[in-house]
Amino acid sequence: MTAGILMQLAQTLLAILLAPLLMGWTNQCRAWFQGRSAPPLTQPYRMIRKLFHKDAVIAHDASPLFRFAPYMVFACMALAAGIVPIVANDLPFSPAADAIALVGVFATARVFLALAAMDIGTSFGTLGARREMLVSFLAEPALLMVFFTTSFIAQSTQLPVIVETLAHKQFAIYPSLAFAAVAFWMVSTAENARIPVDNPTTHLELTMIHEAMILEYSARHLALIEWAVALKLFTYSALGIALFIPWGIAPAGNYGALPLAMLALVGKMAAGGLLLAFLEAISAKLRLFRVPEYLSTAFLLAVLGTLTHFLLEV
Amino acid sequence: MKIADQNWNLGPLGRHIWRGRIGAAELSAFARSVKDEGGQLIALWGSDDRHLAPLSLEGRGAGGEGGGFSIHAAFITAAGLAWVSAELSVETPAYPDLAVIFPQACRMQRAAYDLLGIRAEGAVDDRKWLRHGAWSAESFPLRKDFSSEVVRELEACRSQLPPLTSIPGGDAYPFIRVEGDGPHEIPVGPIHAGVIEPGHFRFSIIGDRVLKLEQRLGYTHKGTEKRFEGMDLTTGAKLAGRVSGDSHSAYAWAYCMAVETATGCEVPERALWLRALFLEIERIANHLGDLGYLGNDVALSFGFMQFWRLKEDLLRLTQRLFGHRYLFDRIVPGGVAADLTDGSELLALADRLEPEVQELKAIYDEHATLQDRMANTGIVAPSLAARLGLTGMAGRASAQAWDARVQFPQPPYDRLEVNMSTHRRGDVLARAEVRFAEVYESLRLIRELVRGMPAGDLCAEVRLPETVAEGIGWVEGWRGEIVVAVRIGADGRLDRVHPHDPSWQNWPLLEVGILGNIVPDFPLINKSFNLSYSGQDL
Repeated sequence: MTAGILMQLAQTLLAILLAPLLMGWTNQCRAWFQGRSAPPLTQPYRMIRKLFHKDAVIAHDASPLFRFAPYMVFACMALAAGIVPIVANDLPFSPAADAIALVGVFATARVFLALAAMDIGTSFGTLGARREMLVSFLAEPALLMVFFTTSFIAQSTQLPVIVETLAHKQFAIYPSLAFAAVAFWMVSTAENARIPVDNPTTHLELTMIHEAMILEYSARHLALIEWAVALKLFTYSALGIALFIPWGIAPAGNYGALPLAMLALVGKMAAGGLLLAFLEAISAKLRLFRVPEYLSTAFLLAVLGTLTHFLLEV
Repeated sequence: MKIADQNWNLGPLGRHIWRGRIGAAELSAFARSVKDEGGQLIALWGSDDRHLAPLSLEGRGAGGEGGGFSIHAAFITAAGLAWVSAELSVETPAYPDLAVIFPQACRMQRAAYDLLGIRAEGAVDDRKWLRHGAWSAESFPLRKDFSSEVVRELEACRSQLPPLTSIPGGDAYPFIRVEGDGPHEIPVGPIHAGVIEPGHFRFSIIGDRVLKLEQRLGYTHKGTEKRFEGMDLTTGAKLAGRVSGDSHSAYAWAYCMAVETATGCEVPERALWLRALFLEIERIANHLGDLGYLGNDVALSFGFMQFWRLKEDLLRLTQRLFGHRYLFDRIVPGGVAADLTDGSELLALADRLEPEVQELKAIYDEHATLQDRMANTGIVAPSLAARLGLTGMAGRASAQAWDARVQFPQPPYDRLEVNMSTHRRGDVLARAEVRFAEVYESLRLIRELVRGMPAGDLCAEVRLPETVAEGIGWVEGWRGEIVVAVRIGADGRLDRVHPHDPSWQNWPLLEVGILGNIVPDFPLINKSFNLSYSGQDL
């Protein structure tokens, strides 16, 4: 049990420490695809360090909620990173929440960020919060449908059971997972404020979604939010890996498989970051009112995945 | 000169340029006859002529005693550019409102009041325009007896009172508000997140849909027109080129054309060809940059990087050939200050740019999301463009087929047969298409200019006039027509210079073009016009 808790802490810590690296790698790949020289791999770490060294500027009208939100957002992401099987399966925290509760954890973080954005009363904060809610209320059902598809296969909404079923039982091909995987990818881009739904690098306030909400943050608060954003991308990637390509994740209690699991994680993450950067480089941002269509497509694909499961796999 | 079957007392001042003085009361009738003929008002400005009372300008006497204020207007007519002036009395300087005939006059009239205290009688909108907190409502900086003390006093007052709003009459401005249940106001700027010029945009929205946009500009007012006063002619060319940095060659050429008209200077032919070469290089550089920005604004950084790579190639070559990336100060009164010794590199670059731009255009054309963002976004219908006087590149994208290089070519364009590109849709995509077409056309012109460049001197001497002399320059810059009017005093120094940017006419169209669109599309629409703040704030 003690070993399990130690493993759990190690995995969460690993996620927190590696998350900016994934962000740095994605940024680097994107720069290459766009034909410009890339920032160093460690740029996100330097950014976070720089921000922690600065003095925070806080609006006069900010309530305690505004100061509290970054910690809350970071804590939610750290918790999510603990629940998702990243290198080892069936760790002590995993039964604490199933796939549906995980969606709730992400939603909690979002609610706090949106409230903090409206708290200071600037027009951009409100604008960003409104758009974030528009995107998320469409993204969440699609994400749930993806989870349902995998849950039907594993007969459980517990992530360790899903990973166990797909990775360590007899190998089987599930056509439904192909639909679900595409849907998951689409939802992830929306949830992580990436192109084509949002542009994480823009300076145009009027077009922002996620960035508009955090415009008023500075120093340690901004550092925590940036870190949480990186952690969210990392957790979503880990989630995608766990649901669709879980091979390599160490089975419960098997510590000998950990080195291989680490290697598999780094390899899959690197490939995922490369793919994300490539797709971002060739796509443009959708007109805001096309985002509902985009997310409806994701929802439709997820539903198709479920239907396929019942038609072909039962 | 005949306009719409009416005879007006205008004489030729230069090629396709007409000049005349009429009574202030006739101004409306003149404007209406221009309108009837299908022409447009392109510039309106005032001047303080009280110090000229003992002198006698050509044509004066017919209009009155003189020695008061003047209102000047430049119209584009079927015969070319018509520059008319009307005398106004010292006690109550006023002239009939022209905005009822040409709505684009509105902001120019308001600016003329802020700077000179001459009023458009009967104008519906008489709010301030260029005046922010820098001078009081009772003082007028462009009057000759204005002392800059007022500004300094306000500065001192400002340092004692921290909140800016507590200055009497500070920067308060009555915006037009959208009332009712649900509309939400977003103030944007004047300081923006990117490195761009300052301007305030007041959006009234429902959800993300724009109900009204109101602009408040003037934040980069630098007193450029005042600074011209008393300047010598050569230094004036440097200042004129810096009115709006992205149109340097166009402004410098227009200013020099005005000075050369006033002084009767004959510019060597080679210098004119080089000026045209500079202007076309400037046009390509700006269009390439903006096409890249259009990609960047829809998060397609690939397009941004590629177009800017091409622009950079061009800028580095101009640096090597002419000594300045943006060709600053290469156009001087009387001619040019840089020569083209070997045009082969320029020809090679033009040959390389064309297929590369074509390739990028194919990528833009086939990119579904990009096309979806640009098509039907920010539409300015041709009828609206005609009514409000949309001009230049943006005007041509809304079927306003005016291009000074085509209809009223100054040398050397009269020998080049420029092709005009127009569009009818008037959306962001149409403006991008016109830019592409103009890049190709300018590349062709560059080849012709380099191959056909005549030999000869680079610069002629500018002899200072002994009496008051005036001239006007008219150049089709990349954004639209640049007009610079110049009056040289009897002492050979600049007395009044008015540089006019097409952004004056086009900014209000942006307010209309955004209506019904959604807020996140505004940056894209704005970029497709890419108007100058500095050029209109002066």
